[in-house]
Amino acid sequence: MSGAVNHQFALPVSLQWPDDAARVPYQVFLDPAMYAREQECLFRGPIWNYVALEAELPNPQDFKTSFVGDTPIVVTRDKEGGLHAFVNRCAHRGALVCRDLRGNRPTHVCVYHQWSYDLHGNLTGVPFRKGVNGAAGMPEDFQPSQHGLRQLQVATYNGLIFVSFDPQVEPLTEYLGPDIRAGLDRLFHRPVQVLGHSRQFISANWKLYAENTRDPYHASLLHLFHATFGMYRSSQGGGVALDARGRHSSMHAYRKTETEELSAYKNTDLRSYQDKYALADPTLLQGRPEFPGLMIQAIFPNLTVQQIQNTLAVRQSIPRGPEQFELVFTFFGYEDDDAEMRAIRRKQANLVGPAGLISMEDGHATEIVQQAIQCDQEATSIAIMGGREVGGEESLITETGIRGFWRYYRELLGIAGAGKVQKEHGAQENGTWTHENYASR
Amino acid sequence: MDTRELRFTVEELLHAYVRCIDSDRLEEWPEFFTDPCVYEVMPRENAEQGLPIAMMYCDSRGMLRDRVVAQRKANIYAPHGYRHLLSAVSVTGYADGAASVHANYAVYRTFFDAVHYGHSELFSVGEYRDTIVFENGVAKFREKRVLVDTARILSLLVTPL
Ligand code: FES
Ligand SMILES: [Fe+2]
Repeated sequence: MSGAVNHQFALPVSLQWPDDAARVPYQVFLDPAMYAREQECLFRGPIWNYVALEAELPNPQDFKTSFVGDTPIVVTRDKEGGLHAFVNRCAHRGALVCRDLRGNRPTHVCVYHQWSYDLHGNLTGVPFRKGVNGAAGMPEDFQPSQHGLRQLQVATYNGLIFVSFDPQVEPLTEYLGPDIRAGLDRLFHRPVQVLGHSRQFISANWKLYAENTRDPYHASLLHLFHATFGMYRSSQGGGVALDARGRHSSMHAYRKTETEELSAYKNTDLRSYQDKYALADPTLLQGRPEFPGLMIQAIFPNLTVQQIQNTLAVRQSIPRGPEQFELVFTFFGYEDDDAEMRAIRRKQANLVGPAGLISMEDGHATEIVQQAIQCDQEATSIAIMGGREVGGEESLITETGIRGFWRYYRELLGIAGAGKVQKEHGAQENGTWTHENYASR
Repeated sequence: MDTRELRFTVEELLHAYVRCIDSDRLEEWPEFFTDPCVYEVMPRENAEQGLPIAMMYCDSRGMLRDRVVAQRKANIYAPHGYRHLLSAVSVTGYADGAASVHANYAVYRTFFDAVHYGHSELFSVGEYRDTIVFENGVAKFREKRVLVDTARILSLLVTPL
């Protein structure tokens, strides 16, 4: 338990997690007490949560409902163009105020007793407040200004909207750090246009997906589309950059020359090497040069930003209880895309999303973990590919981003020893531990 | 073609189409389409906003074939099968040899994996919006737009709807 802050939701007393971000007890993917603690210390803690693209709320009075962890919220644009966010729970008796996914309206009125709120979340109307026909209304001391909807901090970066429950949260630009900002500068350098959404409901803990998006090690081993059709993606070069705290991962990949790739590939005996299939219609992959290589950014806690060929998307993962999460893809292009570019993006969208030819496996991978860990809460995973350290890597065969995620997670949840110098804790790996100074990295 | 004969032909095609998928003869699936064609699995959410991105979008028989090869050889997912239920088939128009057809579908998915063996669930409901033409006297889909009500896909979508 964290000593300094009093948290409403305690860590489970049964949690055994030595000071190690590379070994994660399966309990964290299962235990409702961990889930409650995360909602408080992580999602409502000193972090920024992605909730929408500005392009989803282009006009005054537009709104979109979303979630911060499992707290329902509304993001609004006011008449002057400013953005606001508030918790979507009526101050009266707790009903969902805004019941639509998106739309445009000047006020938000709860249907239950029609309390109404402005676009900031301030309470502006209470029916029968003064009573009716001589009957008493609300007590004299009732002050509407004290009964608004809980308002959140809002900040944007290049058209991505983030919110925070914590008024003391660090500025968004600092939170993101230089590598994430560079990636977002690259993708959001001119006005974007939303091209569509897709949704996946996955029976796994949300953090298994946070790991997955920080895990370039699996890319050529789990996803076999390119290899099956003779595109030798597994020998891609690239690397991972982490922010100073290790919480965000920015992964870049570039293709080596065909010959380099082919020989590297044929010399290994992976199930992912086959060369007997060719695409009957290669127009699927015919794009336009736009960005070099591929970029996947995993932004703590719940956002993935992707550029895969000409497919651009943000993915928000929303926890739906300890053992389920929802993944919402928002595909985008640029306002000035021509018709051909629009057609390319539409066709390449086949590659990702719930039916993504090169990536549908990710959700399934998290599900088969969830299925297999049910009975052994104290057993741990092990993520030491590329070492035990947290830091950038000039290689895609690494789990450094996963270690970074857990290191920061432990810190936020107040799990003892987080962020401190790692201490030896018993024989590991035949005693070949090297001690890394996590704090100094 | 008279109306009753057209309706009969349309229903035969739809039934053969869902039987092909439900009996896992996916290699035959592309043959139900003309080449070029449009096969699209579109969340209603996007269609209603006029947004172009679909979950699957194929514009040739080759792309349909590539989907099947990917499913058989590349993609990894829990083994499963479908049962389509079809209803409210209506021929909404017929012009220049092309019939416009709407039909409701529901797909139940049954798992054959180690953990869920024999578990069935309602996987997807929606509507087919088809354009059917005749190629050498054989009815084929020139367009099959699957308008999906169930925007929230459980796990993943690999077998075509
Ligand atoms: S619960 Fe919202 S007005 Fe009563
Ligand atoms: Fe993946």
